[in-house]
Amino acid sequence: MNPVMEVKSLVKQFGNFTAVNGIDLILHGGVCLGLLGPNGAGKTTTIEILEGIAKPTSGSVLFNGQPMGKAFKDTAGIMFQSTALQEFITVRETLELFARLYPKSAPIPQLVEKCALSDFMDRDTRRLSGGQRQRLLLAIALINDPSILFLDEPTTGLDPQSRRNFWELIQDIKQQNKTVLLTTHYMEEAYVLCDEIAIMDHGEIIARGTPKQLLAQHFNSMILQLPATGVDTGKLSASIQFLQRNNEIEIESRDINATLQVLLAHNINLEHLKIRSHTLDDLFLKLTGHELRA
Amino acid sequence: MSIKRFYAVLKARNYEFIRDKSALGWNFLFPIFIVAGFAFAFSDSNIDVYKVGVYGESSQAADDSHPFFNTRHINFVAVDNLEKAIVKVERHQLDMLFDLEQRRYWINNQSPSGYILERVLSGSPPHSGDTPKAGPAASMHSQLQDHLQFQKTQVSGEEIRYIDWLLPGVLAMNIMFSALFGVGYVIVRYRKNGVLKRLKATPLSAGEFLCAQVISRLGLVMSITIIVFIGTSLLLDIPMYGSYLNLFLIFVLGSISMISVGLLIAARTASEEFAGGILNLLSWPMMFLSGVWFSLEGIHPWLQKLALIFPLTHLINGARAIMLDGAGFVDIIPYLATLTFMSALLLAIGAYTFRWQ
Repeated sequence: MNPVMEVKSLVKQFGNFTAVNGIDLILHGGVCLGLLGPNGAGKTTTIEILEGIAKPTSGSVLFNGQPMGKAFKDTAGIMFQSTALQEFITVRETLELFARLYPKSAPIPQLVEKCALSDFMDRDTRRLSGGQRQRLLLAIALINDPSILFLDEPTTGLDPQSRRNFWELIQDIKQQNKTVLLTTHYMEEAYVLCDEIAIMDHGEIIARGTPKQLLAQHFNSMILQLPATGVDTGKLSASIQFLQRNNEIEIESRDINATLQVLLAHNINLEHLKIRSHTLDDLFLKLTGHELRA
Repeated sequence: MSIKRFYAVLKARNYEFIRDKSALGWNFLFPIFIVAGFAFAFSDSNIDVYKVGVYGESSQAADDSHPFFNTRHINFVAVDNLEKAIVKVERHQLDMLFDLEQRRYWINNQSPSGYILERVLSGSPPHSGDTPKAGPAASMHSQLQDHLQFQKTQVSGEEIRYIDWLLPGVLAMNIMFSALFGVGYVIVRYRKNGVLKRLKATPLSAGEFLCAQVISRLGLVMSITIIVFIGTSLLLDIPMYGSYLNLFLIFVLGSISMISVGLLIAARTASEEFAGGILNLLSWPMMFLSGVWFSLEGIHPWLQKLALIFPLTHLINGARAIMLDGAGFVDIIPYLATLTFMSALLLAIGAYTFRWQ
């Protein structure tokens, strides 16, 4: 696959603070790359540089092998993390406004159908619900029929139904072989939508690969979950390592049979035992730690 | 410069302004309220210039006691408490006070009105302090005493009322507020809430965006100014001695210069509070020093010079020259040239320093 975007030694500093610390990244055509990381990891700064909105302190960004010029805006679709729309104009007028800003635009009726906007086309943008607003912002990002699409936390603040509805829209866009760069806090979203993920922390990319590759690379164990009620955790800790969360015990195990033997030896009731694989949530916490980020 | 992009932003901005009923209503009603208020306040054409207290006897007796009491433009007020009335003279609340019973009067030595009234009362005799003792000045003074040296010549003409003088200032002031806050404040709000950031991600250039803002606001400001001008002119019978075309021209250039000030203030800041403070800091001195409410002729020369840095001063002076003095195109060239220069300079700096985020 040809790289659509190549990022080399990208650095962005704000005074003495380094938000992006020399990252390298290759984005292949038709791939959806998820950029994950805790708050303040440098995701939004990175994506804004790749969008051409912010300038890097140093490093280079090549689009189709060339430095990003003015023509890049014609072929890129962008959905920002938080964007206000011009007030006192309708959804239809907003789409028409943005359509006229590009040399060529996608047919508005198709966008309306694809993003399910038809029910509120004549509604003032101030009176849209969260889900309607995000769908309109996605339609605006698609209005120039972009070859590359940037989605910065597109489902933040949406209810589960709206989020899943939004995922379907993005899945549909992916079918059109568009290149997508997505940032998100939702690991499930990254798992469902992204062909590859890159995890950022402290301005650096600390892991990169497909979700399955990364999980296989960082975990070769399963997780056993038990209710903590009735378990003598003091005695159990002498025999096995475990993590207690709320009223539940989590045991990471590479040998399920051996672990079950230990539990039975402690006369622990296994009626409510659950065994699961590691998820991206586990990977995220393993790589970025458990401490709260501002 | 893409006309398609420029027109798209212009259209959206116009929709926003027209549909924001509160802003639209305020832009129309504000100047009408001010002009109507002043028209009402100054509706009495027979305005008394001085206020004189009269103690004792009836007003008819006062009229008969001295021709002074028949002088026009003096408001003679009956007072029933002499001591309180004297205090009012001390406080300049009465220009003069008469006690008809004792045949006495009071004036305040520091009151110019009292001085003039006393001269009227005594038939303008030479003031003791004004009389030269000897020399050429004394000779001249003697000649001036000869009333026959002055021949009375009467002229007639329509009075320029305060409201006639005020209207160009109020229209210009409305343009100033509409331009500064309607452009400056709105762009800062766009920047703060991310509208500008979203537009930056499109092929729209800063020049196209700024031109659309200027033209949009210019069209709206001029529409409002014309409607308010026609309405107040018809309602209050405002005179017009010059050319409507020249007046339109000076209002267009004045509006562009005021919009340019708004753009310059909004070029970089993302704080509505900061922008609001700067806009107020600029608009209020401009309003008072540019001669909206009173003539600048009497103010300190330094302030008169300071007022020349404000585009509002040139807009108001030019508009008054056309409306009240009948100034022609050649007469207003200095105003037009100054406003053009200011607009070009401010627009250039504003466009150069403009940032989307």
